[in-house]
Amino acid sequence: MSKKVSALDMPDVPMGQLPEHLNRQRTRVTCNADAPIHTDAVHYSGAYSLMGVDNSMGLEKFSKNFKVEIVRLSEDEIEFDMIGIDASLANAFRRILIAEIPTMAIEKVLMVNNTSLIADEVLSHRLGLIPLDADPRLFEYLSENDVPNERNTIVYKLEVSCKKDSPRNTVKTNQLKWLPNGSELEMATLDKSAKVKSYTSFSCSQDSLPEISKKPLGVKHDDIIIAKLGPGQAIELEAHAVKGIGKVHAKWSPVASAWYRMLPEVVLLTEVKGQDAEKLVNKCPVNVFDIEDLGHGDKKAIVANPRACTLCRECIRGVNEELVELGRVKHHFIFTIESTGALSPEELFIEAVKILEEKCDRLLSELS
Amino acid sequence: MEGILLFAMEHGSLSDLSASTFSLMDEDHTLANSVRFTLNQENMDSSVVDCMGCVLRHNFYAYDMLTVRPRVVFCGYSIPHPSDNKVNIRVQTTGTISSSLSDPAKDVLKDALENLTQMCQHVRSTFGKTVDDFKVKNQ
Repeated sequence: MSKKVSALDMPDVPMGQLPEHLNRQRTRVTCNADAPIHTDAVHYSGAYSLMGVDNSMGLEKFSKNFKVEIVRLSEDEIEFDMIGIDASLANAFRRILIAEIPTMAIEKVLMVNNTSLIADEVLSHRLGLIPLDADPRLFEYLSENDVPNERNTIVYKLEVSCKKDSPRNTVKTNQLKWLPNGSELEMATLDKSAKVKSYTSFSCSQDSLPEISKKPLGVKHDDIIIAKLGPGQAIELEAHAVKGIGKVHAKWSPVASAWYRMLPEVVLLTEVKGQDAEKLVNKCPVNVFDIEDLGHGDKKAIVANPRACTLCRECIRGVNEELVELGRVKHHFIFTIESTGALSPEELFIEAVKILEEKCDRLLSELS
Repeated sequence: MEGILLFAMEHGSLSDLSASTFSLMDEDHTLANSVRFTLNQENMDSSVVDCMGCVLRHNFYAYDMLTVRPRVVFCGYSIPHPSDNKVNIRVQTTGTISSSLSDPAKDVLKDALENLTQMCQHVRSTFGKTVDDFKVKNQ
C-alpha cells in the first residue's frame, strides 16, 4: 500500500490518456437523427485531473496547435479554416465582425428639394444603406458636441431631375457626388451682417489629405438604384456620412455577413457494398459519398467529400440499420467573411481580433 | 458615486478575496464567454506549486496524481437583463490556506485577460502570415 494507484489506471488505458469514448465526447459533436449530443465543450482544465489527463488549453498548447488554412481569397470574400481554437473565441470574432467594426455610412441628410414619389425619410433610409468606399480607420467618431470637420465627416451631394416630356429616369449611386470641400449649404441666421456659416467646418479640402488623395471617396457600387423620377420631378440633397458601428444600426456593419461552421465528419460504420452503396450515394444531395470499384463488378461506398455535408440527415433518415454516423469536429471552424467593400475581408478579420484585444486591455486597466 | 460611469465593479467580501462577482458595463457575450473560457484554463505554474505543494497535500489525498492544479473552482457569467448593457462574471478560486497564500479572484481574472490578449495576438500573427503566404503563392 506504499504507492496509491488510481482505479482508472487500467493496462489498456494508460495514465495520461483519455479512453476512446471520452475523447470522442470531448472532441466531437455527434449528430443523431433527432438532435445533436455532446454539444457543450469541456472547458475546465481540471475536468479529467483524477485520470491524470490535462485538459487545459493554455497559451503554450494553443500556440503549438493553432493553425489557419485559407481555402479561398478574393477581393470581397474569404473562406478559411481555423484549427485548434475554441468556439467561444470563434463566436467572439464573428460577433465583432458583424457588430463592432466601425464603418462609414450616411447619417444626416439635408433635403433641399424632393418632389419625387419617394418620401424624404424613405429616401434618407436608402441613402444610409449604401456601402461607401471609405476606409474608416482614417476618420474619427463624431459625437453630439463635436463640430463636423474634414476628419469626421464625408459630404455627398445628389442633384438630379427629370425634364418634362422626357421618359422616367432612374437615379443610381453613380450620381452621388463627393464634395471634398465640405457642405455647400448655408445655415440660416437672423443676423444678416454675420459671416455665413455652412453645416460643416472643413479647414482644408479632403483630397489634400495624404491618405485620401490616393483614392477618391465614393460609393462602392455604381449601379444601386436610389430612386426613380417621373417627368417634372427633382431631388436635391446633401448627405453627411459619419463613422459608426453595427451595434447602433446595421448600415454600419462592414460584412454582408460573416459566419462559421464546424468541420463535418462522416463515418461509415459498416462496409456498404453493391446496391446499398448506390442507394447511399444517390441519397446525399451534396455528393458526400462516392463509389469505389473493387474489381469484379464489386463496389463499395466511401466518404469522398465530408466537408460538403450540410447535415440534411438524408443518409440516416428512415434506415433500419445504422450505416453512417454524422458528427462535427469541435475545434475546427470553417469561417466565411463577405465584405461590403470598405475594408478587404482579411483586414476585417485582423481588425476584429484587434478589437477583442482592446476590450481585454480596457478591462485590465479598469481592474488595476 | 453618481455621475461616474465605472466600466467594472467588483462585488465581494473584504475578508475573503477568493470569490467575487465582477460587474462590467458595456459588455456582452462577446467578451464574457471568451473570458470564461480562459478562466477555465487558469492553472498554477510549477514554481507556485512547489512552495504550496507541501501545504496543499493535506487537503488533496490524491494530489500526487494531479498533473493539473487549477486555480478556479467556479467561473461563469450572466446577463441580468438584456436591455441593460451589463455582464456579471463570477470567479471563485482555490487556494485559501491563509490570507497570505490566498489567490484573489481579481488576480485570476487579470491573468485570464492577459492570456486572452496573448491568444488574440497569436491568432492575428498566424492569420497575417498565412494570408501573406497565400497571396504570394497565388499571385
